[in-house]
Amino acid sequence: MEATIEVAGLRKRYGSAVALDGMSFTVQPGQVTGFVGPNGAGKSTTMRVILGLDAPDEGRALVAGRPYASLPHPMRYLGSLLDASALQPSRSARNHLRWLAASQGLSAQRVAEVIQQAGLKDVASRKAGGFSLGMRQRLGLAAAMLGDPMILMLDEPFNGLDPEGIVWMREFLRALARQGRALLVSSHLMSELEDTADHLVVVGRGKVVADTSVAALLAAAAGGRVTLRTTAVPEAASVLDRVGATVAASGRDVLTISGLPAERVVTLLTRNAVPFSEVSAQRVTLEQAYLELTSDAIEFRAEPAAVPSEFPGVTP
Amino acid sequence: MTSGSITRDRPGANHPAARNAGAAFRQVVRAEWIKFASVRGWVIGMIVAALLILLFGVFLAGNASIGCGPTLSGAACLPKIPIGPGGEAVTDSFYFARQPLSGNGSLTVRVTSLTTMIAAGGGQASPVGQGPRNPLANMRKGVEPWAKAGIIIAASTRQGSAYAAIMVTASYGVRMQYNYVHDTAGLPGRVSPAAPRWLRLTRNGNVISGYDSADGKHWLLVGTASLAGLPGTVQAGPFATSPIYNKVQPFFGGASIQSGPSQATAVMDDITRNGRWPAASWTGDDIGGRGNTPGTGVGYFRQSGGTMSISGSGDIAPVVPGPGSFYPTTSIEQPLMTIFIGLIAVVVVAAMFFTAEYRRGLIRITLAATPNRACVLAAKAVVAASAAFVAALVASVIAVSLGVSRMHAEGQFVLPVSTLTEVRVLVGTAAMVAVTAVLAVAVGAIMRRSAAAVTTAIVVIVLPFLLSVAVLPANAANWVLRLTPAAGFAVEQSIPNYPQVTSIVSPAGGTYPLSPWAGFGVLCLWVAAALVLATVLLRRRDA
Repeated sequence: MEATIEVAGLRKRYGSAVALDGMSFTVQPGQVTGFVGPNGAGKSTTMRVILGLDAPDEGRALVAGRPYASLPHPMRYLGSLLDASALQPSRSARNHLRWLAASQGLSAQRVAEVIQQAGLKDVASRKAGGFSLGMRQRLGLAAAMLGDPMILMLDEPFNGLDPEGIVWMREFLRALARQGRALLVSSHLMSELEDTADHLVVVGRGKVVADTSVAALLAAAAGGRVTLRTTAVPEAASVLDRVGATVAASGRDVLTISGLPAERVVTLLTRNAVPFSEVSAQRVTLEQAYLELTSDAIEFRAEPAAVPSEFPGVTP
Repeated sequence: MTSGSITRDRPGANHPAARNAGAAFRQVVRAEWIKFASVRGWVIGMIVAALLILLFGVFLAGNASIGCGPTLSGAACLPKIPIGPGGEAVTDSFYFARQPLSGNGSLTVRVTSLTTMIAAGGGQASPVGQGPRNPLANMRKGVEPWAKAGIIIAASTRQGSAYAAIMVTASYGVRMQYNYVHDTAGLPGRVSPAAPRWLRLTRNGNVISGYDSADGKHWLLVGTASLAGLPGTVQAGPFATSPIYNKVQPFFGGASIQSGPSQATAVMDDITRNGRWPAASWTGDDIGGRGNTPGTGVGYFRQSGGTMSISGSGDIAPVVPGPGSFYPTTSIEQPLMTIFIGLIAVVVVAAMFFTAEYRRGLIRITLAATPNRACVLAAKAVVAASAAFVAALVASVIAVSLGVSRMHAEGQFVLPVSTLTEVRVLVGTAAMVAVTAVLAVAVGAIMRRSAAAVTTAIVVIVLPFLLSVAVLPANAANWVLRLTPAAGFAVEQSIPNYPQVTSIVSPAGGTYPLSPWAGFGVLCLWVAAALVLATVLLRRRDA
């Protein structure tokens, strides 16, 4: 079995709203693929199409090389967590997992294992309706793990987790990837994926904006800029300008230099006796890199006064 | 667009290979069963349904104590109703001009007229045996359709004994009837001096054949009756009888019935006997006599030359429940008349069994686990039907057994039925509740919202039943009970609607226009239609 998800040319409209506009990407085994984009970019819709829950107008999605709906006991191939709150409130966590296990021809033993794995042992007999969002996420993860699938698809698994839970979830996902499983993990907050994802599929307005490894994205976004702090701004600018660097003032005593590595800046300034207090290569966070990437693709341009509170990634 | 490489993935269109389909379906049923059993509210709901069926059945069925006389009540007032050869309660009163017939033989008569008298004013039937000295003095000419006269061969003069008879009737032509429940049509038309009818019965061992003729020359076999255990010597001869006359006035909420006795008088001649008839003359006998009999209790026969006129009142027919029946009888399914109350609880649970999936998006987990949507619907239907069947069967068995003894103790005569019929009533009722639960599941899948689904299910099943019982005039009610899912309630009916007995078909009286399985079939058709619609919508809609 090939532990992959292949999405090719998905298109879907809900009435006049375009939800998917040619969405295409592949999820590879052995790594965590972050599925990132603002709310409304089509992440959840894509996931529903992958699971055969929603029918696309065009295109197709294959799981392990086949349409999900054609897989016998599909949860043994792909475990998914779409909405942690999709529970019958009066049913206990264990019974929720029991019926799922029965539907996949899995044993009660397997239910006990995933309860243990997700750290739900003490609450398994309690009604799921009383669970915090964090506990529901763990229950959802346990359900996704029931069939011991080689492919996992998790929609916003970090939602509602406390800091400890976030660390736990990261470690859990990393471990699964190390076992050679393919993971597709969506988030609207790039920072959540900072230390988790190996690969990113960045989406906006129903299509893929970038499909890249995390390392490459960071390198590209940094663009080799250097920050210079000096009291002799005009002298420094003229020295650097002479060798062809681009210099921009970004503060009273601060210049941003592009096109010249930090060591060359230090050498040039020292040789010309220009005083400076700091020279540093700029680092970008994944968040900044992502913002740069999606600034064109964000569906609703952020107006400072009209940013929805849950609207991610765009800080006015 | 190069659509060659693009396939549209329809959820649920493909599913596990057929050879595994059975095992896969059992797994899904098990999953749905765990779902059902793990929500306490649903399990309690089914238990509540069973208790409602049980409690309303037992207490509403037996809340009418019969009184008779100043001191007597309850079981002391039970009427003495004869039991026919098939075990059913029968009316067996008629005027009989009889002779013994030894061994095989035959009897032939010509009937030249049949007239009926009905109680004047159509109402005040005087209690039998306590009326005016001559009840006939209070009667006027009228038509009772099932007034009948002809010839009969009976095992004995005891009420409820085996018999076969061929007769003319006031409105239904010549009939061959035997052992109370069997009825076959012969020559049509009314009898008169201008259009007389010849009738013949022949006995050959246990087999009695009935013939009719319009001219005394050309005979037609109307029917044959095989009467088990017929003695060597039987009683045979002319008879006349006429049932209780009912005038039904339908109105909103039911029907008003005026009823009273009627009396049939026939004129016969050409009386021909073949075989060994040891007696010299006819003996007149008021079978059923005075006392506990429907009818005027005043019968007679007169002979002049070769002509006999014979007059009698009563009936030879099965007893049916409901308004218009002479006896205060009830039937075993009476405790199930209130089953619609429990049915509402079943409908609520079964509908929510599906709509709860939509309430919080659980349906997506369900369909991710089992992409074959028809399979999910079928599994839910199986689970809801099983739970409802068990709840309804247990409740019905207890309700009927307790209810019947309670009704008996209160002096209501419970019409006996065969064990097979009793099993059909109980199992059929449980099956009706189970199938209704499936309908509610399908409606839940169609509507996706609890309130809408529950309302719809109740409106299509329970409401038509209640309207038929309590609001609509009889004709409209009968159409409702033929066409709507409420037709399924017919499966409760233990005593059939006999065509040879004028009865008022009304669910309030425990009678339905369709036969039990036909009514159940109508309900099943509705359920099948709902399942098809639910499957189509489930497949077509995004989850």
